[in-house]
Amino acid sequence: MKKSLHISDKIKSFLIEIGELSFFANRFFKEAFVKPFEFKELLRQCYYMGNRSLLLVGVTGFILGLVFTLQSRPTLIEFGAESWMPSMVSISIIREIGPVVIALICAGRIGSGIGAELGSMRVTEQIDAMEVSGTNPFKYLVVTRIMAATLMLPLLIIFGDTIALFGSAVVEYLKGEVSFQLYFNKVFNALEFSDLIPAIIKSVFFGFAIGLVGCFKGYNCKKGTVGVGEASNSAVVYTSMLLFIIDFIAVFISDIFFEI
Amino acid sequence: MGNLIDIRPVLKINNLKKSFGDNHVLKGFTMALNKGENLVIMGKSGSGKSVMIKCLVGLMLPDSGEIEIMGNDITKLKQQKLDNLRTELGFLFQGSALYDSMTVRENLEFPLRTHKEKYADSEKLVLEALENVGLADAIDLMPAELSGGMKRRIALARAIILHPKIIIYDEPTTGLDPITAKEILQLMREIQQKQGASSLIITHDIDCSRVISNRMILLIDGINYAEGTFKELSSSKDKKIQAFFK
Repeated sequence: MKKSLHISDKIKSFLIEIGELSFFANRFFKEAFVKPFEFKELLRQCYYMGNRSLLLVGVTGFILGLVFTLQSRPTLIEFGAESWMPSMVSISIIREIGPVVIALICAGRIGSGIGAELGSMRVTEQIDAMEVSGTNPFKYLVVTRIMAATLMLPLLIIFGDTIALFGSAVVEYLKGEVSFQLYFNKVFNALEFSDLIPAIIKSVFFGFAIGLVGCFKGYNCKKGTVGVGEASNSAVVYTSMLLFIIDFIAVFISDIFFEI
Repeated sequence: MGNLIDIRPVLKINNLKKSFGDNHVLKGFTMALNKGENLVIMGKSGSGKSVMIKCLVGLMLPDSGEIEIMGNDITKLKQQKLDNLRTELGFLFQGSALYDSMTVRENLEFPLRTHKEKYADSEKLVLEALENVGLADAIDLMPAELSGGMKRRIALARAIILHPKIIIYDEPTTGLDPITAKEILQLMREIQQKQGASSLIITHDIDCSRVISNRMILLIDGINYAEGTFKELSSSKDKKIQAFFK
């Protein structure tokens, strides 16, 4: 009896959190398109999220392409399909692996960063101080961060995908003696707009989810410094879960419109 | 204190009630702050002082009661009007609440940014506020580079930059050593005399109350339990009042 009560309480609090997150998203849409716009802060956030994530995304992308190619090569060689390597790697990376892996990396770097920053601002009364000074902290802190994440994620994913393909080309050059030109010719022959567009659209939603959950957790942080840690941690956990849900929906819809 | 006190209240709270579940924090708190006055509100930890000031500046909605600031009932004001009214209020937070990611200059410019047309010469205002607290040299430092006392001074400079008519101090001397606490109190007095603002000071520091107050209110059991000058209250025979002065 006690155990079932415990489970029902957990489900209830989870559903309440989903409801609160929906209200938070609704408030974002209400405030995002109403003046005054915080362009300066938006640009600052774009710089922090975009520029400062480049190295991490680049290294991850390069290793991803490298490892993926190294692992796939023996199987393709076994079937005499080595020449299919650039097509297979590019389609897999562009459509699925690149966006999901880079979004997960960004959930860890950007989502937890937003959760910790806003959480610490909440517990040290900095958000209250903004409100008392007549500034709308939701607009200044939340709207700008969600928008920056939504704008930057697609760019980071395109950058990460490109580096991943370069990593793959390096393996093909070293192991299969395929020139970079030939490799990228094959990549561009294999790729179509129907591969790129759903991936880019999906990455916009990934960025929105990372910004939204990070801001939601940080902005509503309670329980002092312990709460800051919890906000940061749960921002990553919830975002990761949400990314897979978005990915599933995106693949499902792409299947209808682009006949994968 | 030497400053003139006008008996017309600039801030009135009437029968303020606020509960959190079964915990009734404020049970009908009533008070008035007169023009040019330094009013100290004392209460034990958890007595509802912070809840009261959060209701006062619109950070929290009361369950019932009226809060009137310069003739405006803030519980009924729309956001835009509330934001405008907030320019007449200065707020010194207990932990200073300086924005970590901004320099001292940006911290002080922040309250000016939403009223650019009104405060065109922000550089002059920032320097003037910093000179008032004796920290003009710290203008380009980050909050992390400042000591606790310096942070409190910068927070005070930020609170007074708009020349507010009412300044609210939440535990202005808590966490400071006695010398720095005295300096902060001295600054508060100087600013009060220079700008003629009314001050509402929330504290449980008895020295702070003695030095700064024209009048005191004791917040006990969620109500205005006793009111009077420091001398009157400190000589009271009531045991609950005496507990504060022991």
